[in-house]
Parts: sequence; structure tokens; C-alpha cells
Amino acid sequence: MTATRRPDAISLLALPGALYLAVAFAMPMALLLITSVYPESRLSIDGYARFFRDPFSWTVMWNTIKAALLTTAICLLVGYPAAFAVARATAALQALLLVALVLPLSVGVVVKAFAWTILLRSDGVVNRLLMAAGLIEEPLRLLFTQPGLILGAVNVFLPFMVLPIFSVVKLIDPRLLEAAATLGSGPVDRFVRVTLPLTMPGVVAGVAFVFSMSVSMYVIPTLLVGDRYKTLSTLIARSFLFMRDRPLGSTASVVLLVIAVAVVVASAMTTRSYQRSH
Amino acid sequence: MPIERAALVLIWTAMAGVVVTLLAPLVVAVAVSVSSSPVFNLPPPELSLRWYRRTLSLRELWPSARLSVEIALLSTGISLVLGTLCAMAVSRGRFPGKTAVVTFMVSPLMMPGLVVGVAILQALREVGLRNAYAGLLIGHVVITLPYVTRTVLASLSLFDFTLIEAARTLGCSYPRALLKVMVPVLAPAFLTSGLFAFLASMDNYPISIFLVDARNKTLPILMLQYLEESPDPTIAAISAGLILLTIVVLLAADRLVGLRRLADF
Repeated sequence: MTATRRPDAISLLALPGALYLAVAFAMPMALLLITSVYPESRLSIDGYARFFRDPFSWTVMWNTIKAALLTTAICLLVGYPAAFAVARATAALQALLLVALVLPLSVGVVVKAFAWTILLRSDGVVNRLLMAAGLIEEPLRLLFTQPGLILGAVNVFLPFMVLPIFSVVKLIDPRLLEAAATLGSGPVDRFVRVTLPLTMPGVVAGVAFVFSMSVSMYVIPTLLVGDRYKTLSTLIARSFLFMRDRPLGSTASVVLLVIAVAVVVASAMTTRSYQRSH
Repeated sequence: MPIERAALVLIWTAMAGVVVTLLAPLVVAVAVSVSSSPVFNLPPPELSLRWYRRTLSLRELWPSARLSVEIALLSTGISLVLGTLCAMAVSRGRFPGKTAVVTFMVSPLMMPGLVVGVAILQALREVGLRNAYAGLLIGHVVITLPYVTRTVLASLSLFDFTLIEAARTLGCSYPRALLKVMVPVLAPAFLTSGLFAFLASMDNYPISIFLVDARNKTLPILMLQYLEESPDPTIAAISAGLILLTIVVLLAADRLVGLRRLADF
């Protein structure tokens, strides 16, 4: 494609939507970036210097990334095998399993996070099941703790891991595995050398979805942990809505933006280099 | 083969765990909503509809539900028009930088919602727009447009445009050919993307929180406020209502386009 070719008439149809996003989304984002380095009509990185000098900011950033990493890792560990179960199920069962994935995904996050506050209480269902199973003697403190937050977040984001992996697993040609078996490959070897590489695009997509959503989650930590466990999102909301500390909020917003965009770009690059090598 | 049996046990155990934990919060919200107890006791000591009756007396609830539905319908409608036009341009037009345009059109979904909300808030203040309704609508179109553009574009890329030529050869005018041939083929894409756009708008918290004012609060904002002020099972009754609404919408969508399309990622 040459850059000098003139756009044709039908290309103009893209203008209303693209202009809308340019004005209502791209310009505000640019303004946010500019005000973070240009606060009082002069160039200054004081906001960033103040942010990165404060050990509290590092705690908040580490909290944010730790929660997102744990959530993504657990979603992957549970979601990867589950995606195979959906793919192997008979048609009727598969329809039911897809309902079980799509319905919770469609229900609002405030509803789900609220329900988890009930499930995680010391006399809640989770504690009673663990005690009935004889795994614990005393009720665990889950609500307002990090494990409770991770449990809730994993639950909310699991469909975003299972569905992309399922969509690549269902495309795997079973004859490939049969061929590998005929050629003398054992089950572990077949998994590592045939199945795993073929499912990587789904894994990359799922990991990128879950990580970018959990690094910026706000409702779940607000309801399940409260103020004790600060993340970048809760810090941003607090600094704009309660503390009226606009410089701190802008700086934290840009830091969160950089983390989230880095993940998206990394996953896009992984997918591209992967497609090129296959 | 012991390893293969172990693998089967593993995948079905994982699936059972996923299904149980995904459905648990929905079941719990409904169970608490029909309980007579004001604390969240499970199982409910006695069945009662008192929390549903109490929703009727919450003065702020119904205007806020109405606001949420209005904003969701309007932003979905606007996004369907803008997104479809954009998808047609990308799939049929000739212009440089198509990939960049597509990436740009879906990029709001990849950004942290809270950051987008902050950015829009600052921009609206800069231009002096203080109307919460207009602000909410502007913000919600930003997050619903990517869903529509992405899904309609995927559907258009599978559409055989020679069918339009065929219809014209058979005597259809160009607009009529589009309406009779292309719109029915795209209908499932309109429906699924419209559905997810609507639900995304209804559920949005991180952008709305910066754009609401004291008199215009969307439902998620109001619900979180209730939860922080006075958590009682009324919120479970509202949740149960929203779950029921979601089930009805999904059932209708399943009838019209089939469930498999909804699960397409």
C-alpha cells in the first residue's frame, strides 16, 4: 500500500466515529498527559519527582501489580484446564457451560462484588464450607484481606481467561494429536509440543485481558478490601474525589496508564512475533 | 493411560470449580434478597419479599435506574451508527493507515476506565460543560463505540460484497440492496455488539463516578453508595432484579442469534 494513494469516498464514513473519539477520548487523554508535566503553565516534573520519592507510592504500585499478577496467574492455572473441558463437552453440555460463563460476565461488577462480601464473611459460605470439609478449625479472616480481594477478582475475571483459550482449543485439529501419537510421541510430549504451542495465542489474549482489567480494577478492591489495601485506582479516585489533590491524581493516572498500555503492547508484540515464527 | 485419565480429572475438576464459583455470587445475591433477615444470614431463615417492597420506597433508586437505562440505550444507539459507518469504511474503503485506525477505534477498551474518566472530567471542565447528563452520554459513547466497531468489522470482513452486485444486477437500487442483503447478514453482529455495549454502559462505574452529580447518579454509583452507607438486603433485591434483567436479555439474544456467538472472543 502506498501512502500517496488518495482515500476514496467510502473511507469518509470512518470520519464521524474517528473524529468523535479524537475529541472525546484522545484529546482529553493528551490533556491529562500534558497537565501532568505542565501543571502551572510551566514545564515541571515535580509531580513525578514527588510521586516517585514517596515510599508510599512504591507500596501502592507494588500492591497494584501484585494483585494483578496473582489474579492473572490463578485465572490462568484454573482457566486453562477449564477451557479444555468446555471444548471437549458434548454439544448440550457445552451450551450449558457457555451459559455459566457468559451470564456472570454480563452481570454487573457491583452486584458480584457485593455478593462476595457476603460469601467471604467470617460466618459466610466459604468459611463454613472450609470448616465442614475439616480444612480449618476457626473461621478465616477473608473479607478486608488480600486473599479475599484476589478470590473476588479471580472470580470476576475468569470468563475473560476461559473464553479466549476455549476459542483456540476448539480449533485444534484432533488429527494433529493422532499423527503425533502415531509417530511415537507420548501424552506429555504431545501436550508440550503440539497442544501448548497451538493454544498460546488464546493464552496471550486471556492474560492480557485479565491483567489489564485487574491492574485497573476499582469496585472490587473498594468493596472487598477497603482503605487498608491501596491500589493505584483507589489512590486516583481518592485524590480526585475526596482529597482534591489534582497533581497527585494526574501523576498516579499516568503511571497506571503506562502500566496498562505496556501490557497491551507487550501482548500485541508477542502475538505478532509468534504469528511470524509459525 | 494413567496420565490421560489424570488430565481428564484435572480439566473437569477445574471446570466444576469455575462453574460453582462463577454462579455462587449470583445465587447468594438472590438468596439474600428473599430472606426475611436484615443481616445476611444464609440459608434464609424465612422467605419474604420485604426487601423488594423496600426498593419501592427508595426515593433515589427509580430515577437513577431510569437514568442508567436512558444513557445505556442512547449511547448504544449512537455507537451502533458511528461504529457501523466506521467498520464499513475500514472494510471497503481505500486509505492509508487502516490498522492504526482500527487500533485507535478499539483503544478506549484497553485503557484503565478510571484514567479515561479523569481525563474526560478535566476536558469537560476545561470547555465549561457542567451538564451531568451530557457528560455521562459523552463518556459512555467512548466506551460503547469500541464494542460495536470491533464486532461489526469482524462480521463485515466475512461478508461477500459480490452479493450486493448480484442484487443490483437483479434490479435492486444500491440503498435497497444494502438494506435487503447486507443488513440481515449483519443483524447478529448488531445484536451481540449492541447487547455488550448496553451491558457495559449499565455496569460502568469508573468513568461515571467522575461525571455524575448529586442529582444525576447512575445505578452502579448509587448501589456502591448504599453499600458504603447502609448495607442491608435491599441492595440484594436490586441485584436480583439486575440479574433477572440480564437473564431475560441473554435469553432473547440466544433466541435471535444463538449463544455461541455471544461467547465468541
